[in-house]
Amino acid sequence: MSAATAKKRRSNWPVWLRRGLLENIATAIIGTGFLMLFQPFALTLYTWSFVTMLFGTAMFIVVSKFPE
Amino acid sequence: MQDLPSGKSVVTDTTTSILDRAAEAAVRATPGTLARRIRGLSDRMVAWIFIAPTIVLLLAINIFPLIWAIQLSFTNYRANRPNEPIKNIGLSNYSRILTDTDTWIAMQATAHFVFWTILLQTLIGFTLAYLIDRKFRGHAFWTTIILVPMMLSPAVVGNFWRFLYEPQIGLFTYIISFFTGIPPTDILMLSSVKLAPWAIIIVDTWMWTPYVMLICLAGLRSIPDYIYEAAEVDRASNWRQFWSITLPMALPFIMLAVLFRGIENFKMFDMVNLLTGGGPGSTTEVASITLKREAFEKWRTGFSSAFAIILFVAVFGLANIYVKVLNRVKSR
Repeated sequence: MSAATAKKRRSNWPVWLRRGLLENIATAIIGTGFLMLFQPFALTLYTWSFVTMLFGTAMFIVVSKFPE
Repeated sequence: MQDLPSGKSVVTDTTTSILDRAAEAAVRATPGTLARRIRGLSDRMVAWIFIAPTIVLLLAINIFPLIWAIQLSFTNYRANRPNEPIKNIGLSNYSRILTDTDTWIAMQATAHFVFWTILLQTLIGFTLAYLIDRKFRGHAFWTTIILVPMMLSPAVVGNFWRFLYEPQIGLFTYIISFFTGIPPTDILMLSSVKLAPWAIIIVDTWMWTPYVMLICLAGLRSIPDYIYEAAEVDRASNWRQFWSITLPMALPFIMLAVLFRGIENFKMFDMVNLLTGGGPGSTTEVASITLKREAFEKWRTGFSSAFAIILFVAVFGLANIYVKVLNRVKSR
């Protein structure tokens, strides 16, 4: 592959908005929400678990369409 | 093609000509009007026509009830009072579920059940897979025997484990009594607050460990022999081979098994309902039992719809993680 082709293929998409990283963050948020839902320590965490999971899941769906 | 001397090309030519003739016959047999209509359609349109029945069925069976449940979750609808006016109460159902201590306790019971079943099933399942993979004499027979519990219906399993757990006549209580010296009448597996959750965990582990074993076995069989041969040339001990080759290479499969069982056990209903029905008290009342009680005993349809949506989001989130892991396994 020539240097010109490589340059042509380079995306303008910001590095911090790449799929891999954001998918990992979304997975971590879903995991956190899951733990909050099941933990026996604080009712407040349980209360906010659904919102956290919903946000994580929505984020996962959106960022999985981003370029790698 | 005919100038090639090999017999193979002749066979291929014959097959092609037969297919061509069949296609021509099919075209001739198609009524003129229909043929003209089909000829006017693009490939994309034909593809849509083929998948349309599946999409319609999917929308009717999966998507419509989901959307309806979401809509009901914002109302005070009760299925046993269909003539009462339905009031929109916003996020009130969600707020009540997420601040209710009883529901929180049900979630904790679910977490206890899911954690211990997955831990035990993974440990025992992987150990069994590791032993079966040694390919000893009669390993195929033992694999079949181990797989039997998985093939049984949960209703059958639940009923015969109820008999096994009977304090007077149960075989399980008799064996425990024989080894511990505790009188069988004192071993109340299904009616003791301490033992009832473990009774369900034992049954689920007994039934679903073979499933975990199968997935782990597939993982172990996928490891190429030359890696072990290379490790032996390097004088790696069996212990070292296990930690550096077997476990890392089987790990994606173990993770898959954990996620599969996690999703399934999170929704566990049949076994708990048959064995304890959520009792004694609400000790074994897992999320799905609470949901059933709210929906079909208290008839709070709106409330139970909201609860079902919360569980759905949890399972959907877990399924997303599962798909991510599965893609990672595929790319290996």
